[in-house]
Amino acid sequence: MAVAVSLSLKARANPLEFAAEQLRILSEPSNLPAFDEKVRSAGLFPLTATGITVFQINVGKLCNQTCHHCHVDAGPDRKEIMTRETAELCIHALAQTEIPTVDITGGAPELNPNFRWLVEQARALGRHAIDRCNLTVLLLAAQADLAEFLAQHRVEVIASLPYYRAAQTDAQRGAGVFDKSIEALRKLNALGYGREGTGLVLNLVYNPVGAFLPPKQESIETQFKRELERQHGVVFNRLFTVTNMPISRFLEFLLQTGNYEGYMERLANAFNPVAAAGVMCRYTISVGWDGTLYDCDFNQMLELPTGFGAPRHIRDFDAEALNRRRIITANHCYGCAAGAGSSCAGSIT
Amino acid sequence: MDGYYHSADLARFPEMGKGNKELWEKFSAYYAAVFAGGALTEREKALIALGVAHAVQCPYCIDAYTQACLEKGSNIEEMTEAVHVACAIRGGAALVHGLQMRNVAQKLSM
Repeated sequence: MAVAVSLSLKARANPLEFAAEQLRILSEPSNLPAFDEKVRSAGLFPLTATGITVFQINVGKLCNQTCHHCHVDAGPDRKEIMTRETAELCIHALAQTEIPTVDITGGAPELNPNFRWLVEQARALGRHAIDRCNLTVLLLAAQADLAEFLAQHRVEVIASLPYYRAAQTDAQRGAGVFDKSIEALRKLNALGYGREGTGLVLNLVYNPVGAFLPPKQESIETQFKRELERQHGVVFNRLFTVTNMPISRFLEFLLQTGNYEGYMERLANAFNPVAAAGVMCRYTISVGWDGTLYDCDFNQMLELPTGFGAPRHIRDFDAEALNRRRIITANHCYGCAAGAGSSCAGSIT
Repeated sequence: MDGYYHSADLARFPEMGKGNKELWEKFSAYYAAVFAGGALTEREKALIALGVAHAVQCPYCIDAYTQACLEKGSNIEEMTEAVHVACAIRGGAALVHGLQMRNVAQKLSM
């Protein structure tokens, strides 16, 4: 059952706004082995990076939506956004490397005034740019030319759409979001996004609307393609399945609905060593809105910066040191290693 | 499900192997093969299982296949229709036996 949310945890002064409180809860599920024990049994301990191929920049928590499951606790009431100075440090660091992909996320990253500058700079460096888009941002009056900007710069759009029906999508993302998302998808399709031969890539993200694991990616992708084209004339390239992380507002949902322990058990029982070996933190570096470095966007929200001697701020970026760094883990990591695995690029196996 | 049935017992299902390991292993292998994708998809099979679970009124199966259907990408509308299929077959099965009643009544009556 959906939890009524219209403000962020922070705005509601909910104790879960604090990373320490989330980590306290995550460390305490009964009958749950520590994630590191599972990693050790899979012969992967300690988990280390294998080289960075994705430079992920979280430009802030500001968003025009307040989704029930948001791991960022983003929303219109959040004001933490990356400054131009920090964005310049990101581009400076990127230029020192050959990391091929720049993945820009948020919040709604497009609402950061430096978003377009970041895209232009990344593209000027010859890097592939990804915009993690909530779709409805494309319909804001102030963003009327956003879709054209993305197409002009050949930006890959990875857009959230948890289901191909309104009831499920709106239950997670807010009333009316599905219809607006379809309108935004049509706008992207009209520019050539998602259409063969254009090179404009439009990928969608499925994540479960509730306390269960995602389906097999290829199976649900077939359903999405059939239903979105049949019902709405919308096309896209690929569907990425993503598991909900038991943190932030999804953790609130789990606790409020009595699903927390069952969900954690489900994740732990579905631990997949092959997925664990391919988790995205091993090839990603995640930069926070204030320039702090993290192993992934989830660690970022839990305020778990890079550790074990690796650089901790973008101003100290050192690709050599970060490429082989040891990863910081906790029990939320079960989310990425369960079942077929989960990453920002969908299932792992 | 408190009382005769206990939700936690579903996870103990493999304990049935303690009584006869060979039969349990044969059943498990058969069960896994049945639910693997074939001429029907895993999603379609989970929906059938959900309907059958309601027909046989197995609380463990209802728990398991509600979750399985969601995890195969089905939605509540499809799952509700699956339960209605079970309901229609059970109800229809009762009603069609009305013909037995009619046959007997006809034989006994003047």
